[in-house]
Amino acid sequence: MTYRFDFSSVLAQWPLFMHGAWLTIKLSLLATLLGLLIGTLCAIGRGSRNTVIANACATYVEAIRNTPLLVQIFLVYFGLASIGLKVPAFVAALAAMVINVGAYTTEIMRAGIESIHRSQIEAAECLALSRVQIYWHVILRPAMERVYPALTSQFVLLMLATSITSQISAEELTAIANRVQSDTFRSFETYAVVAVFYVLLSLMMRGLFWAAGQALFTRRRKLGTPL
Amino acid sequence: MSGGFNANHLQFLLQGAGWTLLLSVIAFAGGGLVGFVVALCRISPLKPLRWASLGYVQLVQGTPLLILMFLAYFGLSILGFSLPALVAAGISMTIYVSAYIGEIWRGCIQAVPRTQWEAAECLALSRVQRMALVVLPQALRIATPPTVGFMVQIVKNTSLASVVGFIELARAGQVVNNSLFEPFLVYMLVAGLYFLLCFPLSWWSRKLERRLVVAPRLEAAA
Amino acid sequence: MTTPVVQLDNVHKSFGALKVLDGVSFEVGKGEVTAIIGRSGSGKSTALRCIDRLEKIDQGRITVCGHQVSEPGLDLRQLRRDVGIVFQSYNLFPHLTAAENIALAPRHAKGRTRAEAREITERVLAQVGLSDKAACYPEQLSGGQQQRVAIARSLAMEPQVMLFDEVTSALDPQLTGEVLKVMADLAAGGMTMVLVTHEMAFARNVADTTIYMHGGRVWEQGGREMFDSPQTAELQQFLGNGL
Repeated sequence: MTYRFDFSSVLAQWPLFMHGAWLTIKLSLLATLLGLLIGTLCAIGRGSRNTVIANACATYVEAIRNTPLLVQIFLVYFGLASIGLKVPAFVAALAAMVINVGAYTTEIMRAGIESIHRSQIEAAECLALSRVQIYWHVILRPAMERVYPALTSQFVLLMLATSITSQISAEELTAIANRVQSDTFRSFETYAVVAVFYVLLSLMMRGLFWAAGQALFTRRRKLGTPL
Repeated sequence: MSGGFNANHLQFLLQGAGWTLLLSVIAFAGGGLVGFVVALCRISPLKPLRWASLGYVQLVQGTPLLILMFLAYFGLSILGFSLPALVAAGISMTIYVSAYIGEIWRGCIQAVPRTQWEAAECLALSRVQRMALVVLPQALRIATPPTVGFMVQIVKNTSLASVVGFIELARAGQVVNNSLFEPFLVYMLVAGLYFLLCFPLSWWSRKLERRLVVAPRLEAAA
Repeated sequence: MTTPVVQLDNVHKSFGALKVLDGVSFEVGKGEVTAIIGRSGSGKSTALRCIDRLEKIDQGRITVCGHQVSEPGLDLRQLRRDVGIVFQSYNLFPHLTAAENIALAPRHAKGRTRAEAREITERVLAQVGLSDKAACYPEQLSGGQQQRVAIARSLAMEPQVMLFDEVTSALDPQLTGEVLKVMADLAAGGMTMVLVTHEMAFARNVADTTIYMHGGRVWEQGGREMFDSPQTAELQQFLGNGL
């Protein structure tokens, strides 16, 4: 083997990688929050008695879950541009990611919502709580606690999937890796270093989610048992 | 604007879909084999095996598939191989699948009730016999729905092989679009083809899951 | 003649082909305690649930605290502010402490301030004898304690009538006593109560009126004397089994 590994030229670019990691975090957190909102609304819509809304949500979920993110990103970025809506790469990337993670979040929230027994809702109705109050206090809060591990796994996967947005030149860690490897000609080393960055990012994200879970779910923190 | 979408373009896309299927099968076969080993190592009584496999899984699950593709592609050329993109894609997908399916299967093996392990032990079966004759057959049943569900992920993730130049369905779409400049039409068609490949698997996985929940109850009632 | 708090008038209800309530009529006056007894399937729980509009009736009229429960124009939330119901399986919210379970509805359905809700919570917890369990989660409490918290939760809404749907049936025998004591205290305090129960001694000693239901109808109705000298063969057989 005549190739000699040279990590130094790649590691010298670490400020650039840090910047890329920061961009990845920004994109991921934004997509997470918006995706959670959409996923929750859609999960409620899926259970609606109005068949039009229920079917629309189900169709959305099936369409997204059975097509690749890469194609969805192309559709949003290139497809919209071709019908006159030219959006910057970051916006297109964010939109595609939100639409994508929204569908997966819908399924997770749906499972959580359906795990709430009918008797809980009945008790809440008999306490004169309004529909919205019941949804928030009796359905969504415990549902979210129950599916929190599944949700956080989904959002870590989301962070890893942001690498795909590099294909439309959105600014994040993989796009920066592409630039660095073409400048230094050290492709393997560049991607190896970036892989380590991603592993550290996913560990960090999981730690962050764990801490958030401890803070949000008092019952879990005090009793340590699953709901 | 060049000529409209014609049968040649459709044929090109369908060929791409064919390569998508091939890569998916390779990924599932290779990843399944390695994943099985990973699953067994994860529950091995030997600590080094447990730690090594855990490390492997954490590493692979913490890296985007796109980066794995690049690593395989450039790693192979460093090692002196000038192999087609299919090989690089196949290797990275195998590694990717092995980590995820390994974890799925580990969970399914551990989902077999402890009492089954104990019963087998009390029948003086060795560890290998216990696994092969009692635990794995039951784990297989539990594992079928999530495995079929994961096959959908495999098919979708083959789209990333496009970045190493492998002409599967997504890449074929890019090529067609570069000559037609009709991204909306082309990518909707590509999405439609992926849907046709994936939806039957998704549907089947859900059906299996329902049967898995109902069947034990029926067996218990009988 | 004061208007009754609860009035059922020729109520009919079917679940599909099964006729569950076949012309049920009875009244409960203010401060009265009415017990409903009968076999499983006699329709007693259904009758109770119809009072709080948990089930809709097919025919007849139900009036509760001035609300026409059977009419379409009913303000459901206002009805539920006036009626408290306690269930067999307590139905406490598992992700909230006892105090949070109790304070939830007064705060959000009655608009009480945080201070008012806290004061109400302390009062009703003391009433059911669980002041020291305010910060406990339901899974940390015994069945009897959970049921008492459930009673406190309904009491916190300051209802005009309390309904009890076989509230001791899911409890171990040694835990039913503490719940029955709370209910007896409530009755002594003048609360209007309707309870479906299998506790014959409680019905005989605490209730002003006991209704025996059979086959979806009110078979017999009376005070303590009904237990001592049942008029119909069905009630004789039922009590012979029970006591």
